[in-house]
Formats: sequence, structure tokens, C-alpha cells
Amino acid sequence: MPLSLTIAVVAIPLLMFLFLGLAGVKMGRKLTGVLGVIGMGVTTVIAYGVALTYFFDPSYIVDGVRKAVIVWNPDWLSFTKDYVVRMGIAVDPIAAMMLVVITTISFFVHLYSLGYMSDHHGNPEKGFQRFYADLALFTFSMLGLVVATNLFQIFVFFEMVGVSSYLLIGFYYHSPAAIHASKKAFIVTRLADLFFLLGIMILGFYTKSFDFFNQNGLTGICDSMTAAQLAVGKAQGATFMGCSVMAWALTFIFIGGAGKSAMYPLHIWLPDAMEGPTPVSALIHAATMVVAGVFLVARLFPLYVIEQGAMEIICVVGAFTAFYAAAIACVQSDIKRALAFSTISQIAFMMTSLAVSSADGQLIEIHEGFGLGYMASMFHLFTHAMFKALLFLCAGAIIHAVHSNENCDMHGLHKYMPITSIAFLIGCLAIAGIPPFAGFWSKDEILVACYEKGLGWGLWMSAVAGMTAFYMFRIYFLIFHWKEHKVHTEHKPADQVWTMTLPLIVLAAISVVAGFVPMHDLVTWDGKELHTQLNWTVAGSSVAIACVGIALAFVMYYKENTIPAKMKSTFSGLWEAAYHRFYMDELYQFITHKVIFKAICAPIAWFDRKFIDGFMNMLADVTSQAAYGIRRLQSGSIQGYVYLYIMGALLIAVVSMVCVLM
Amino acid sequence: MDLTLLMYLIPSLIMFGCGVYGFLTRKNMIAIMISLELMLNSIDINFVVFNRFLYPGQFEGMFFTLFAIAIAAAETALALAIIINVFRVAKKVDINEINKLKF
Repeated sequence: MPLSLTIAVVAIPLLMFLFLGLAGVKMGRKLTGVLGVIGMGVTTVIAYGVALTYFFDPSYIVDGVRKAVIVWNPDWLSFTKDYVVRMGIAVDPIAAMMLVVITTISFFVHLYSLGYMSDHHGNPEKGFQRFYADLALFTFSMLGLVVATNLFQIFVFFEMVGVSSYLLIGFYYHSPAAIHASKKAFIVTRLADLFFLLGIMILGFYTKSFDFFNQNGLTGICDSMTAAQLAVGKAQGATFMGCSVMAWALTFIFIGGAGKSAMYPLHIWLPDAMEGPTPVSALIHAATMVVAGVFLVARLFPLYVIEQGAMEIICVVGAFTAFYAAAIACVQSDIKRALAFSTISQIAFMMTSLAVSSADGQLIEIHEGFGLGYMASMFHLFTHAMFKALLFLCAGAIIHAVHSNENCDMHGLHKYMPITSIAFLIGCLAIAGIPPFAGFWSKDEILVACYEKGLGWGLWMSAVAGMTAFYMFRIYFLIFHWKEHKVHTEHKPADQVWTMTLPLIVLAAISVVAGFVPMHDLVTWDGKELHTQLNWTVAGSSVAIACVGIALAFVMYYKENTIPAKMKSTFSGLWEAAYHRFYMDELYQFITHKVIFKAICAPIAWFDRKFIDGFMNMLADVTSQAAYGIRRLQSGSIQGYVYLYIMGALLIAVVSMVCVLM
Repeated sequence: MDLTLLMYLIPSLIMFGCGVYGFLTRKNMIAIMISLELMLNSIDINFVVFNRFLYPGQFEGMFFTLFAIAIAAAETALALAIIINVFRVAKKVDINEINKLKF
């Protein structure tokens, strides 16, 4: 399949968005949904074709290096000869992998929503067409982001995924919580994107290029290590506050990515974004949009390798976020929120893994096996997207069945929803890192990369991996086991319709086998094959830690008992703090409302009201008062006007005569 | 006795003054229009006279006067039409009664 079909992969969702958005109201709800699913299915098939062609056709490998292929790259805005912004489509290993991830998840979410967005009689709910149009818009934006050929294009599509995320979080726009959540998500990510834009401007100013890849004799900024060194060399000597400008630019760009990827302290929007419909959470806030930040850092990876300072920041932020979010996930009672914190933690794993790639802190002997962290990060991105989407879709099925997000309303669902239960279990095993499930392989590579950087990093991440196993099985046991004490009077919860169950089964199957994808041959930072082997020490210890976590969860949550309550009262301070997310939202609330609004905005508003508005109001008042005063001159009497006219003319005549004579 | 410039201008000025006085004091709109014509004609006289005495070889003033007379005729027709219409609506031509266009 020719790679130029990538254009179709991006274009079909856009056309679906326009068509469903404009004609959906006329068509009726069911038909809109079915059309959306068919459109997405076609896109998925083409995307698979393109990705498989790119990965397995040897003609794309030149001298052992898998080259990026620019399919289409017209000029969009030419500011000057140097500054040309293009809009194009390029396929390289990570883009091809992301095409597969996005279209797979998006297709299953489209299919799943047919069931989820309907009531129990199968009637689609209000706004069904809008939902499908927005899903198509999101898919288009995300696909455009991953095939971008330059930083500006990434920025444009970054904003577009932000908008579609906003629209979908606020889908239930009559619920105040959803409105607040959508605003919060949009504002926080916009704030981060401001830094992103600053970073792009600095980078573009010094390197004179926005393009990633070499083409037509133009040098991209991160086509290879050499290109990156050339780009960084152009900013040689330019420093700001003791750091090189490139380090600043790359840090700013990372902040942009951290906003989308919900890194501490910009993570606060993601848990609230769970107010959106659950399929949306699965698609946007678990599998695709939230990895946009990871993708961005991976895209600029050679630059980050050179600028060690920025890389260190990413590493620290990632490692801290992983732990922080895992700690919160251990005590959440809302299953979607627990999964959201789990997502934050796992994305932080990917970030850390990217950042530990530049192991020894010194520049830069690219040694054999360098870039393991990069490969592991992309691998984890791939597997995580699959099993986290699975977990969210299972959660959606449960919520659809019991009409509540709280795990206290769920207990003991195993015998009512066996398929969902098994799928959820597979997802939990995958995320906990039990072989042979997908998460084991990718997480193992990440831990190996962390141990390569230093024992401390490795131990820290291993501990977080253990917590992952604990909190996931806590959720699992609380939902499906514990003790059933709620009487389900209206209708028994059961496995849902086939449109909702089929995606669960397929994604569960993928979660079992995805670990065997030979990612180290396919997706590496420089396009060469990376030779890895299982590190038995790390693998064995991480499996052991995961088993300890699972065992702990089993003891505490499998059967109803008093241990959790005792733990809660023993460590009540810690438990409360974690339950309230370590008061980060309150801190933001305090900073924005008390500090920024009261101390900065209020005086400015006062000045604005009193001086700026006051001056303008004064002008208007004087004019209107004066007009009011002289309005009696307009009497309607023609002779009066003529009298005044003649007097005026005489006056002017007299004055000018006097002037002439003097 | 030769006629001097001033001997033409003084009657013209008197005409103009009468026009102004009539315009300001008469109540009947027809009378006001007649006063207006009086002012216009005095200006016409000025044009011709100035041309005759100051630029004897030229005819601009004459031509201008002809134009002014033609336009004044048209304008008079228009004004009479307006007055007739006002009369049809208001049943009077008293200028003091026609003062609706105000603040």
C-alpha cells in the first residue's frame, strides 16, 4: 500500500467530522453512529496498511536506517525566505506506530459508543450526532499531530486536540461539573501551550527552521543526531540567565507537552476531565491525547539528548509524577478517577523513560544500546494505550450497568458481568506487569533503562511499579469481589450489548499479545535496530514486586474485612491527604483566587474601572451634557435659524474686518 | 453724469436688506419665498455689476447670473410645490405653525 494513502488516513476523519456535523441532524441518530463507525473502520484499515508497509517494506531502510518519508509538504505560510511554515504529512517510525494506536482505539471507541451512548432500550441519547462529529474531529486532530512535519503544525494540531477534548469533556453541557471540568482542562492546557509557543519561537529564531526532517536540501532540526547538533550549534553562545537558550526553548516545549500529558504540577485537569462520557475518557484521556506530550518529546529527542539540562528536568518531573499519581490512585473511590491517576502515573513512566536515555550526564558517546529508554517509552505508549483503553471501556460498561462511578455501589459484580470482569482482569495484569501480558515487556524495558541511569532511579520506578499493581488490583477486587451488599432492584447488572462487549474482547486479546511486537526492531530513535534482551534480574524482581502488590491488594480487598478501615484510621492524615490529591486543587484554587485574583487582578480591574473606563465615561458625559444644554437651539423655527445665521455671518465679517484693519 | 459702481451697489444692498427683513418678519411662507427671491436678485445684480466695472472684457459674471436665474426658477418651483404640499397637510401656510422638526 503506497504511503501517500496517509493523506486519506488524515482526510477521512476530517470529512466525517464535516459530514456528520453538518448533515447529522437531518440523518437521525443511529445512522450517524453507524456511518461514523464505518468511516473510522475504513481509516483504520488504511492506517494499518500504511504502517505495515512502512515497517515491513525493506525499501524504506537505507544503510540500516529506517528513514522518515515525507509524503506531502506544501508551504502554508511564508513569512520570509527563512521562515516558512509548512503543513504536511510525514511517516516515520513513531508516526506510523501512533497511526496504528490512534486508529485502533478510535475505531473501538466509535463502536463502543453505539452502545454506551444509548439507554437500556438501545435508543441513542440526545446529542448523539454531535458526539460522533466531535470524535471524528478529535481523531483528525490527533492524526494530524502525529504526522506533522514541523513544530508549527504540531502546535496547530495540539490546539485542535485541546478544542475537541474541551468539546467532548463538556458533552453533557447541562451538568455544571462537566462545564467546569471542560473549562479547567482547556485553560490549564492553554497555559502550558503558551510556553510551548514561546519555546517554538525561541527555537525557530535560532535554528531558522521549524522542520523536523531533511528534504529538498533543507536541513531539519532533528532528522538525526548530526542535524540536531547543527541546529543547536546555531544557537552556540546565546545564553539567558546562565542557561543556553536552547535549553530554555526545549524546557518550554516540554512544559507544553507536560500540560497535555498531565505531568505534575499541570496534572490537575485530567482527573476532572473524567466528567466526560467514558468512551471519551478511554480515547482522549487515557490512550491518545495525553501521550501527545510524550510524543512531542520523542519527536525532538535528538535535541533533548544534546541539551542535558532540559532532559534532567523531564526526568525529575516524570519520576516524581509517577510516584505522586500512584499514591493518589491507591485511595480514590471513584473508579474513573483512580484510572485517571493511574494514567498520569503511566505517562510519567514514559516521560521518565525517555529522559533516562541520556544516561551518563556527559555528552555524548552514543554507545551501543543507547536509546533503550526511547524505545521502551514508545513501546509502553503502545501497550499502555491498548490496556488502558480496555480498562476504561470496562469501567464504562460497569458504570452503564450500575449508574454510578463509586466503587461502593459496585462490589461483587463478577458473577453478573463475567466478560467485563475477565477483560478488566487482563487489563490489570497487563498494567501490573505480569508476564506474558503486554505491560510486562514494555515496563521491563523501562525499568532496565532506569537502572542503567542509576540504581536510585531504578529502585524508585520499581517501587512505583509495585504500587501500580496494588492500586489496580484494589480497584479490581473492590468492583468485582468484596461483598455484594447493594440490592440491585431495578435490573440486575449484566454484560452489555455486543457493540460494547466486542471492543473489550478484542482489546483484551491485544493486551495479551501486544508485548510480542518486535518494537526494538521497528521504533527506535535513530531508525536502526536496537539489540535488546530480557534482563532477568530486573524482570524477575519487577514481577516479584508486582506479585507482592497484588498479594497485598488480595489480602486487603478480596473479601470484605476491616483491614482497609483500620489502615484508614491508622494513617488517617496520609489517607485524607492522598484522597484529596495532596491538596493540589486547593493550592491552585488558593493561588488563582486568593493571590492572583485578589492581589493582582483586583487592583488592575479597579484601575481599569476607575481610570480607563472613567476617562472614557467622562468624555461621553461631557459630550452628552453639552448636547443636552444646547438642544433648545434646535427650535424648529426656520426664521430663528436664519436670524442666528445672519448674526453669525455679521460677527465673522466684523471680526475679520477688525483683524484686517489692525 | 456717469453711473459709478456704487450707484448700482446701493440699490442692490437696499434690496438685500429688504429681503432679509422680509424673511425674518413675514409669517406667510409665500411672502418669505418672495423675500428670498429679492435677496437672490440683489446678488445677481452684484455679479453683473462687478463684471461690468472690474473686468469689462470678460463675461463670467454675466453667465453666472444666467445660471443663477435658471436655478432660482427651478428652486422656486420646488419651493412652491413644497408649500402646496404643506398646505394640503396643515391647511395653512403660517411659518410659526410649521415647526415640528425640532429636538
